[in-house]
Amino acid sequence: MDRPIEIKALSKSYGDTLAVDRVSITVDKGEIYGLIGPDGAGKTTVIRTLVSLLVPDSGEALFMGRTVSAYPGFVRSHIGYMPQRFSLYRDLSVEENLHFFGDLFQIPRDRQRRRMDELYAFSRLQPFRTRLAGALSGGMKQKLALSCMLMHQPEVIVLDEPTFGVDPVSRSEFWGMLAALSRDGTSVFVSTAYMDEADLCHRIGLIHHGRILAQGTPDGLIAGFPWPLYRIDCENPHHVYTILSSTLPPDQLQLFGSGVYVVDRGKNGLRSLQRTLRTAKIACRGISSADATLENLFLELIR
Amino acid sequence: MTGEENAVTAVDLSRRFGQFTAVDRVTFSVPRGEVFGFLGANGAGKTTTIRMLCGLLRPSSGSASVSGLDVYTRFEEIKTTIGYMSQQFSLYDDLTVEENLHFYGGIYGVGRTRLPAVTGALLDQMTLGGQRRRLTRDLPLGWKQRLALAAAIIHDPGIVFLDEPTSGVDPASRREFWLLIHQLAARGKTIFVTTHYMDEAEYCHRVSIMKEGRIAEIGNPSRLKEKYRAGTMQQVFINVVKREQS
Amino acid sequence: MKKVLWSIISKEFIHIRRDKQTLAIVILWPLLMLFLYGYAITLEMKEIPTIITDLAHNPLSREYVDDIASSRFFRVTGRDIAESEIEPVFRHRRARCVIVIPPSFGKDDPGNRIIQLIIDASDPNAANYIHTYLGTITASFNRRHSGGMRLPFRFEPRLLYNPDLKSSFFFVPGLVAVIIMLFSALLSSIAIVREKEMGTLEQILVSPLTPMQLVIGKLVPYLLLSLADSILVLIVAHVCFTVPMHGSGILLLATLIIYVVSGLSFGLLISTVTRSQQIAMMATMVITVLPSFLLSGFIFPVRSMPLLFQGISQIIPATHFLIIIRGIMLKGAGLAELMPQLGALTLFSLVLISVSIRKFHTTLE
Ligand SMILES: Nc1ncnc2c1ncn2[C@@H]1O[C@H](COP(=O)(O)OP(=O)(O)OP(=O)(O)O)[C@@H](O)[C@H]1O
Ligand SMILES: [Mg+2]
Repeated sequence: MDRPIEIKALSKSYGDTLAVDRVSITVDKGEIYGLIGPDGAGKTTVIRTLVSLLVPDSGEALFMGRTVSAYPGFVRSHIGYMPQRFSLYRDLSVEENLHFFGDLFQIPRDRQRRRMDELYAFSRLQPFRTRLAGALSGGMKQKLALSCMLMHQPEVIVLDEPTFGVDPVSRSEFWGMLAALSRDGTSVFVSTAYMDEADLCHRIGLIHHGRILAQGTPDGLIAGFPWPLYRIDCENPHHVYTILSSTLPPDQLQLFGSGVYVVDRGKNGLRSLQRTLRTAKIACRGISSADATLENLFLELIR
Repeated sequence: MTGEENAVTAVDLSRRFGQFTAVDRVTFSVPRGEVFGFLGANGAGKTTTIRMLCGLLRPSSGSASVSGLDVYTRFEEIKTTIGYMSQQFSLYDDLTVEENLHFYGGIYGVGRTRLPAVTGALLDQMTLGGQRRRLTRDLPLGWKQRLALAAAIIHDPGIVFLDEPTSGVDPASRREFWLLIHQLAARGKTIFVTTHYMDEAEYCHRVSIMKEGRIAEIGNPSRLKEKYRAGTMQQVFINVVKREQS
Repeated sequence: MKKVLWSIISKEFIHIRRDKQTLAIVILWPLLMLFLYGYAITLEMKEIPTIITDLAHNPLSREYVDDIASSRFFRVTGRDIAESEIEPVFRHRRARCVIVIPPSFGKDDPGNRIIQLIIDASDPNAANYIHTYLGTITASFNRRHSGGMRLPFRFEPRLLYNPDLKSSFFFVPGLVAVIIMLFSALLSSIAIVREKEMGTLEQILVSPLTPMQLVIGKLVPYLLLSLADSILVLIVAHVCFTVPMHGSGILLLATLIIYVVSGLSFGLLISTVTRSQQIAMMATMVITVLPSFLLSGFIFPVRSMPLLFQGISQIIPATHFLIIIRGIMLKGAGLAELMPQLGALTLFSLVLISVSIRKFHTTLE
């Protein structure tokens, strides 16, 4: 059987800037693939090419074995796509928006209603179903947009930063829903700026300056973190970070809510770091060797 | 204004839209110089509260003051003492970086002679110096947000309201943004910031967690983590929001 | 205050300059409207299909027939038909009028010196024109032969200001008035509603900017733009539609400024109560175009309207501007004659501006 998504050596430039540089990605049936990268890395360009909105300069994107640029109609009718900053009909109510998209995909009304209840469970928008979309808060709008796209259940869904501005509780419920969809065989291609979401993908690709820097399962990628990593556990990480960045090379420091991480690229060891802290007179609760997370890896790779 | 300890005070502040109460008798205060994280679920009423404090919405009841000035009567004066960055990006896409700053400098009355120096310094601080002639619409989101911050503080306000400044911004740019926030705090500014990234909540001196128009929890992050026996603010947040659920 | 205003004005100019498409539309669209409407709404007629029955058949009557046939108004499509054929001719639309020259034409016979003009009056307006055209031709024929003979027709119309009865002289200034009103109101309403829609207004509203500063700052750039556009339209009207310009250019310019300001303030007022660009556009169309078209005296004379509409027409800026522009361009009227209208326009603009400043909310409600 053909793979749902197969991107082969895709390149695309806008004028002089090379936005996507020989990117290759495959997504299997039932897989959640996450595309992670800084702003302007080329995530949206890859996604737009995949859903036939852009034509690549070279390379190709295949959907169910067919070249996307040759079968745009086929692609569009089989992919559920949610663009970045997708906007709704502001003058329709929450429910009317959902019904509109349900009708658009020719879903019978009784099935629409069942689907809506499932979607309300994650979005918590049920109490607001008669409110006009224009009067929703920023995050509620985003959740409604997501729900609209999920009204029909395509075999492949493509989401460009779906959880923009969505609160942690709704985010975890949304990801629960994606996991359920993938168990039923739906393939998901998603871009995100949240590293905890990247952890929930089956496979991820880190993209930077249009190129895939690393690709694999989250655990596999983390295991490949190349340097020793230490965590300075402190009350005021910003303060510690600022002081340390004058003694240690700033690209070895990573600021986190829970403390400052030091990437020991020179392999100087824990003792040397403790000495540095003492001479800089930095008070902290403790220093320990730490396991890398995806966020550590991301910061290290795009450094 | 000088004698006032608190940058922001709200007492039983409420806002209704028709029958619906978006903000329901919230009471809190933010001391000067604090980085205050204003957290909450979607639709909890954060943006509505901030808009009331900035004079963009009239409260339905309750009282509030910003920089010691009453929001009902002295909102015009409040505007000169605050900076505000709205949830939706709201600078002009078709203007260059520099033109945007000149415009905001102009409407805040920064003198024509001082303007180039002020914008130059701000652009350097935001590490946008090399981008001054670029069209704003061509900037990556993280840079746009730094530009918006620059515009919000061009008149050197004492209090800065930031409504989800880092939403959708990648981890590296978010860190840069928070370093800027802490630089501002170090200069004595009060920062009132909302975010859905719970690691950023840890960077705040104090946070409040809103839910359905009410403030459900307020306090210092480490104390809240102790109280909920949670390792991270993420867990605290989920606990608070789910506990309150009816 | 001045600096603040200047920063809004210059920002607005950047928007105008950067958005080449809109700029092109703003410039070309009024011209397009002028051409389309200018040619479509011309009421004057040419080459009216005509049948002439000459019962006199003498040199004089032949000369008269030649006069008619060679004029650009009439085209002779048939000759010498019997009276019973007249009705079928009209029904088959082979002609719109039949001219019957009596056998006594040119003879000194007081018994029958009436030329019969039978017109298909199903279009009364056209009938009127035909009547007038033939009158003009007959009059000049009479003048040529006066003295030597008894005249077939006695009346001699004298047409002032527009001797060729060109309807474009009458319509084009009216059209110009409607077009200017429409685009100035559109420009200013969209300029503010766009900021509402994009969310940029929110950022401005938290600044200490006063409504007055914002409104004036928005007004000035679009005043200049609209003014340039108006002048362009007037020049085209003058060159392509040969509308004369008898009066003072300075006076016309001054009126134009006041009139454009009234249009812009209309737009501002609309923008204070609408949320989306579409609604603002539709509201502007309805509020400016319809009344300006129908009630300003553009097509239907104000004096023949029912009293209520006459009253309404007085609060439409286009009504006053129409009198002024026709006065200046066609009649060469001066300041003194147009004072009442100028006063009304000025009053109107001032009231509208102050209302829109007062109505401009500094909150998001
Ligand atoms: N103009 C309005 N009319 C009606 N309801 C409104 C209006 N503005 C906001 N609301 C409602 O008030 C509630 C609070 O909205 P608000 O924007 O303050 O939420 P928020 O906490 O900022 O959420 P988010 O995290 O999603 O930005 C929501 O239920 C929203 O739908
Ligand atoms: Mg909000």
